[in-house]
Amino acid sequence: MKIDTDIHNTVPNAKALYPYLSDYWIDQLQITGFAGATDKYYPVGASVTARSDTHPKGGGSAGSNLETLREQALDIPNTDIGILNCLYAVDGIHNPDAALALSQAVNDWQLNEWLNKEPRLRASIVVPPQYPELAAEEIRRIGNRPEFVQVLLPVRAPLPYGNRNYHPIYKAASECDLKIAIHFGGVPGTPATPTGWPTFYIEEYAGMASVFQSQILSIISGGILNHFPDLKIIFLESGWTWLPSLMWRFDKDWKGIRREIPWLTQSPSEYIRKHMRFSLTPTDAPPKSDALLEIIEQIGSEDLILYSSDYPHNHDSTLPSGLPNALIQKIMNENAQKFYGF
Amino acid sequence: MSATLTESTTRPSAKDIKLIDCDIHNGLRPALNKFIPDQCRAYHERFGRRGFAGTSYPKSQPGAHRVDAWPPGGGSPGSNLPFLREQLLDAWDIDLGILNTLTPIRNQLPEYDAAFARAINDCQAAEWLDPEPRLRASLIVAFENGALAAEEIDRVAQDPRFVQILLPTFTSAPLGNRKYWPLYEAAERNNLPVGIHFGGGNGGHPITGTGWPSYYIEYHGGMAQAFQHHIISLIFEGVFDHYPNLKIVLIEGGMAWLPALSWRLDRTYEQLKDEVPHVQHPPSHYIHNHVWVTTQPMEEPEKPEHFDQFLEHFDQPDKLLFATDYPHWDFDAPDRAFPIKLSPELERKVKVENALNLYRF
Repeated sequence: MKIDTDIHNTVPNAKALYPYLSDYWIDQLQITGFAGATDKYYPVGASVTARSDTHPKGGGSAGSNLETLREQALDIPNTDIGILNCLYAVDGIHNPDAALALSQAVNDWQLNEWLNKEPRLRASIVVPPQYPELAAEEIRRIGNRPEFVQVLLPVRAPLPYGNRNYHPIYKAASECDLKIAIHFGGVPGTPATPTGWPTFYIEEYAGMASVFQSQILSIISGGILNHFPDLKIIFLESGWTWLPSLMWRFDKDWKGIRREIPWLTQSPSEYIRKHMRFSLTPTDAPPKSDALLEIIEQIGSEDLILYSSDYPHNHDSTLPSGLPNALIQKIMNENAQKFYGF
Repeated sequence: MSATLTESTTRPSAKDIKLIDCDIHNGLRPALNKFIPDQCRAYHERFGRRGFAGTSYPKSQPGAHRVDAWPPGGGSPGSNLPFLREQLLDAWDIDLGILNTLTPIRNQLPEYDAAFARAINDCQAAEWLDPEPRLRASLIVAFENGALAAEEIDRVAQDPRFVQILLPTFTSAPLGNRKYWPLYEAAERNNLPVGIHFGGGNGGHPITGTGWPSYYIEYHGGMAQAFQHHIISLIFEGVFDHYPNLKIVLIEGGMAWLPALSWRLDRTYEQLKDEVPHVQHPPSHYIHNHVWVTTQPMEEPEKPEHFDQFLEHFDQPDKLLFATDYPHWDFDAPDRAFPIKLSPELERKVKVENALNLYRF
C-alpha cells in the first residue's frame, strides 16, 4: 500500500466553479470582472511550480485535469490513496461572503469532479482562515463526507494559528473528526518575514520553513492542543530536518518560561511527537545520508514523516537514500495509515 | 572623539587569555543624559518613544534581568560598572568582554536617531571603556538610515575599542535590503563585523511571517526564525557577493538551526537560482565564510550526544563565540553552558581563539 499525502488539483478558472455558485456570485463575477482567487502561492513560471510533463494534453494548467492526474499521480506511481490539497487562494479574498462562496464552490467542485469519479482520492476542505466563523460553517456543511479527511490552512495567515481567534475552526474540525493540514503558501497581505517583505521569490520560498516553525511555536504555546486534545495536525511541504533544533530551543524555553503558558502538561517536543506530522517532500537533506538518520533519531520518533509527491510541483520526491527498509515502510504507508485511519 | 579614545588599547597576550564574553549588556542611564544634545532630549521629553509594536511582551523577569543582577546601590542591572565587574568579570575571570548596549534607537526621526547613537557611543567610551580595560563595545548606529549609519561608523571606528557594529533583529526590512548597503560598505571599509542581536528595533511589522504571536515564549523562542529570515535575505539579495569581506555575527539567536537552514538553502538555490543570478555560490558557501554565532542561548537536546551530532553537522568550529548574555535571565554560566564536555581544543576556540581572530581586541 502506498499513500500520497500531498497532491494538488487546480481550479482551471472561475468559470469552472459556476455550477457551484449562486446566481448572485455568477453575476458578480461577470459584472465586476472579479476572477475569483487569482493569487498563486507559486509563481506561474518558476521552476518549482510544475513538472514540465504535467500540463494536460488538451490544454489547461497542471493539476486541472482528472485523467492526467489519475495517470501521473496515481496509476504510474502505483498510489493506493492520494490526498488532494487544492491551493485555491481564498485566504487572500477580503470580502467575507466572496471568500465563503468560493470556498463552498471549490469543495463542491472537488466532490463532484474529483472524489466522486476517482475512489483512490481523498481531499482537504478549502476554507477562508481569515474568517474563522465562516470557515467553521463550511467545515460543518461538508465535513461529514468521508472523502474529506482534513481542513486545509495555508501556513501564512494574518495571525498565527495558536491565536484564540481560530478556535471555531478547531472546534468544527474536532466535531467532524477531521485533521488540520497546514500547507506551504498563503497570501494574507501581511509581510512574509518578521521584518517586512523580501525582494525575491526565492527568499519567500526558502523562508517558508521558518514560518512553519513560528506556527508550531504558536499552536503549542496558545494551548490549542490542550483545548482540543484529539486534534492532529499535518504540515505539508514544510521541510522537517529543522525539527530537532526547534524542539531543543522550545523545550529549553519552556523550562524557563513555562509559567506564562501553564496549560502545557508536557514538554513542547512531546506535543509535536504526539499531535504533529510532516510530509516528506521536500527533504532538505544533509549531504551525508548518515546525518539524515541522525536527524530522524534526534526527532525521537519514526512516525512523524509521511510520504508526499507534491504532484504536480517540481520537487525531487524520491526517498532520500540510506533509509532502512522498516523506516521506508513507515514513511510510505504505515505512518499515514495510522494518522488518517485509512 | 577625544585624544584618549584613539590611543591603542592594550590587552593580555593571547596565551594568557582564558575567557572572552561576546555578549554583555550594560545600561547607560543616568550617565547617558549628559551626552544627549538638548534638542533631542527636549523632543524626547515631549513626545517620548512612540513605537509601532503595541505593548511589549512581559518578559519572564522585569527587563528580562536575572533577579540577582540588580545593583545593591540602586539602578538597573548592568548599569553599575563596579557591580558588573564584581558579578561578571571578576567572578568568572573574564579577560575580555564585549558590551552590546540595548538602549533603543527609535527609528522614526533619522537625525534624532543619529544624535542618540552618537551620544550612546560617546557615553560608552567615557563611562565604560575608559575606566575598564577588559571591556570593548559594539558601536550603535541609526541603522534604518544607511548613510547616517555609515557616517557614525566612520567616526567611531577610529577608536579601536569599538569592535563591531550592532543591529537589532527587528529591523524595518530584511537585512539584505539595499537600504542597508551603505552600512555594510562602511563596515567593510573599517574592517568591522556586523553583529545582529536578539530583539530590539522597532521595525513596524508583526514579528513572525504570519502575524503577531500571543506570548513572550513565542517572541523569545521565535527569535531563531527572525535570524533565519535575515540570513536568507543577506545571501539571496547578494550582500556577500557585493561585500566579499563582510562578516556577520548572530548574537543570541541560537545556532542549532544553522545546518538545516544551510541544507534547505542549497536545495532551494539549485532549483531557483535563475531568479538570483547575482548569487555566485551555493548558500552554504556564504554561511561558512561570512557567518559567526554566539553560543547563548544554547539549544539543549534531551540527549547530550545529540549535541555532538549537531557540532558535526555544523562543522564550523571556528565560528562559535562564547557569550553569557549577562545580566539577562537566560544567562549562560561559563562552566555549565554546554550540555556536553567540549574537547580542550574546541573549548579554547569557542572561549578565546575564535573571538581573537574575528574581533580587533
